[in-house]
Amino acid sequence: MTTTTSGTGHEVRKTGGLVIEDLGVSLTGTGVDVVDDIDLVLRPGEVVGLVGESGSGKTTVGTSLLNYSRAGAHISSGKVLLEDRDVLELPWKEVRKLRGEEIAYVPQDPASALNPSIRIGKQLVELHQLRGIGTAQSRMQAARDGLAEVGLPTDDEFLGRYAHQLSGGQVQRVALAMAFLPKPKVLVLDEPTTGLDVTTQKMVLDTMAELCRAHGVSALYVTHDLAVVANIADRVAVMYAGQIAELGPRDAIFANPSHPYTRALLDSIPHLSQARALKGIPGRTPSPGRRPEGCRFNDRCAFAVDRCREEVPALRTIAPEHEVRCHRAGEIGTWDINIGTVPDADPDRPRDVILSVEGLDVFYGRKHVVHDVSFDLAKGEVVALVGESGSGKTTISRSIGGLHKDWTGTLTFEGRQLATSARKRSAEDRRRMQYIFQNPYLSLNPRLTIAQIIRRPMELFGLAKGKDANDRVVDLMGQVALGPQMLHYQASRLSGGERQRVAIARALAAEPDVMICDEITSALDVSVQGSIVELLEGLRIERGISMLFVTHNLALVRSIAARVQILQAGRVVEAGSVVTVMDTPQEDYTRKLLGNSPRID
Amino acid sequence: MTQEATLPDPLTEVAPPRGRSGGAAWAIWLARRLGLALVTLWLVSIVVFLATAALGDPVRAILGRDYGTNIARREQLEAQLGVGDSIVSRYVDWLGGLVTGDFGTSLANQLPVWGQISSSVTNSIVLVLLAAVVMIPLAFGIAMISSHFRRRRPDTVIQTILLALAGVPEFVTGILLVALLSTTVFKIFPAVTLVAPGGAPWDEPKSMVLPVLTLVIAVTPYVSRIVRATLLEVLDSDYVELARLKGIPEPVVMRKHALLNAIVPGIQVVSLQLAWLAGGVVLVETLFQYPGVGRQLVDSVRNHDVAMVQALSMIIAGVYIVVNLVADVLSILLTPRARTAISS
Repeated sequence: MTTTTSGTGHEVRKTGGLVIEDLGVSLTGTGVDVVDDIDLVLRPGEVVGLVGESGSGKTTVGTSLLNYSRAGAHISSGKVLLEDRDVLELPWKEVRKLRGEEIAYVPQDPASALNPSIRIGKQLVELHQLRGIGTAQSRMQAARDGLAEVGLPTDDEFLGRYAHQLSGGQVQRVALAMAFLPKPKVLVLDEPTTGLDVTTQKMVLDTMAELCRAHGVSALYVTHDLAVVANIADRVAVMYAGQIAELGPRDAIFANPSHPYTRALLDSIPHLSQARALKGIPGRTPSPGRRPEGCRFNDRCAFAVDRCREEVPALRTIAPEHEVRCHRAGEIGTWDINIGTVPDADPDRPRDVILSVEGLDVFYGRKHVVHDVSFDLAKGEVVALVGESGSGKTTISRSIGGLHKDWTGTLTFEGRQLATSARKRSAEDRRRMQYIFQNPYLSLNPRLTIAQIIRRPMELFGLAKGKDANDRVVDLMGQVALGPQMLHYQASRLSGGERQRVAIARALAAEPDVMICDEITSALDVSVQGSIVELLEGLRIERGISMLFVTHNLALVRSIAARVQILQAGRVVEAGSVVTVMDTPQEDYTRKLLGNSPRID
Repeated sequence: MTQEATLPDPLTEVAPPRGRSGGAAWAIWLARRLGLALVTLWLVSIVVFLATAALGDPVRAILGRDYGTNIARREQLEAQLGVGDSIVSRYVDWLGGLVTGDFGTSLANQLPVWGQISSSVTNSIVLVLLAAVVMIPLAFGIAMISSHFRRRRPDTVIQTILLALAGVPEFVTGILLVALLSTTVFKIFPAVTLVAPGGAPWDEPKSMVLPVLTLVIAVTPYVSRIVRATLLEVLDSDYVELARLKGIPEPVVMRKHALLNAIVPGIQVVSLQLAWLAGGVVLVETLFQYPGVGRQLVDSVRNHDVAMVQALSMIIAGVYIVVNLVADVLSILLTPRARTAISS
């Protein structure tokens, strides 16, 4: 490496930061672009949010900053300038040295990103040990200081733990501490809070912001959730189909979003202050090689005109530092945050109770995990169970669904008492109560076709067979907005949102009266969550289906549920209609949850 | 730090592991596994006894045509085998002998069984251990090289060769090795094992080479392919990606981050293969005239030497059980999640 000491290089070095110029990543072999034409500057101490749906290429851009691309893709063009060096042109040894020490990476799912066989203390000091930095003692001390900085214990017992002995929030903070330990200049965070509950998320975000400020580190924060970015980023870049669609200071992006895609993303975010009719973005993110001519968003855009289909738009500046890649920027009016707000669910609506839970106590072996929980669910009503991870919300829903049988209490369904386990319930009761799982990647049998998956409950409960069943499958696919061409696909060809729609169609095939939805949107993009919520709301109104909706997202509760149970450590701490609980929370815990929820309203 | 005061929950969510009761928990676990091993061994003893002693008349089988003429020998055998007694009492006598270390008396030459089989048991164990010492590093090394070059040419070549070797029966491998290294091409190693009376096969180390090599070639492909498959999965994991993004050099990533998590399926398949080698490599032992358990077992079956067959079967079963127990303990020790589940 040559260290030129020219004026500009010296200046950049003094200020730190990172410059990305015309970055492109292509698929190996075919040469199809995954991302292209990325220009972005990370100023020292600045947090830039990189936002987009799954498949937009945001993670690809993130890892490119470390000159890394996943198997099957390679960085095909551009420069990543750190000080006066181009990271992409450095020899292999230099790149390795630069990783971790100067540009650090915080992984998406820390639970799987920490090595399960190496104690965390050892993982923390590993890099320094390999590079021979400091002595064994000074390295250990640095690890302890790093843990203290992120608010974790620093004793030997903690350093000697394995990743599986930590909670989700602890693991993520260990990953943060590990990234900060070598004092990097630039940090790439890849959705570091996806899957964490709001309290832990807030804690991780605050810790990260604090560390960036304290050490003058620039950060690229990759996420699908604009609401998270609203709280921490200085500037926001919105990515669509491998390109930056809009780039600007945070306040400009949220006050005056100018790309139809940015607006659509904002429209899919639920608000804490008011119920909204959430909407998804029609269609799906095109994969590399299938992106449309002209503007890549034209086939999903409500404002598209002929020009959008023919001419490729360039990024153009519409305000200082605010750039948009849209032909019609400025022609499509202003965006109003209150579009789509609807009246909150009426707390005084007459209720016709279908399912009631009295004095529910749930056990795992000798461990008492849920204490004396009582609530009920009326016809055509959505009741939300809300709490942090470990609060018992999923345990309660599994007990009601009969998937966990070690519980006591009374569960009454239309005046009849239900047995503890689903096996002991009558087929009719099982049919009328359906369960939808959190992770659609695991809940669909990978060997069956979509048609077979949806038919199965009809055959099981004797509702339809033969041609009749086939017709119903097509009909159900239509109801969950899936085209009939997917009938003979296997689940692996579907995106996360499409899989969750199949899971919903499977539940609907049994013609249920009650659906238990266990965090069914938490593994999905915000925009996909919007379309799933839209679908569920339609089902509730048309079919009068009651739903038990488990979530940790209070903003989502406001838009979907009529009543809410706030849970903490297996007990209900506050319950009532959504409007009452969220507008006038009585308990500190509820206020804390509300305070920690990321919001844009 | 006020933030910490309001947000304590995620920190207390997981109870710290309790260290004190760890030793006791381990002792209980080990005792249970040993108990299970004994139960298994006892069940095996019933099967072995029924299969050898209770099917047909052993005296008639031993004497063949002499059964009708040699009355004295017949009576002597009947007394020795306790043919007049019930099956149950014969089984109890036999099991009692086993427990006290008395394997009975050979029918063929009237000598104590243990004296005759102890040397062949040792010989077989030495053969298998030598094969294991060569095979384990070799198989893991090949797997690491192969997965490093995944689906590129070196990997394809290695996998093709391994598959071909796995498909060749071990005695064919042995014959080819003899032709290559002992008789036709080179004349480096002796083709057969000649043991002086009272001596051991390893008195002449050169004669051990071909049997060990044959066993290594027979077993390495299986172990290597399983370890490679696991390694490929581990190399795709998020923690390997993070290690690379942290700037850890590739050899360290492979050794410390990947191999450590891919080793357990390897241990399981190694243990199964070793147990199989200990009991069943009759063909290889015969080919090299190696005085091991397999050959002796075949000879004993041919001679209708019931006591010998019973003793050898029990020893082979014992080896299977011990090897699997060791593999299970190692697997748990090398899987932190399983290890901490026991000690807390």
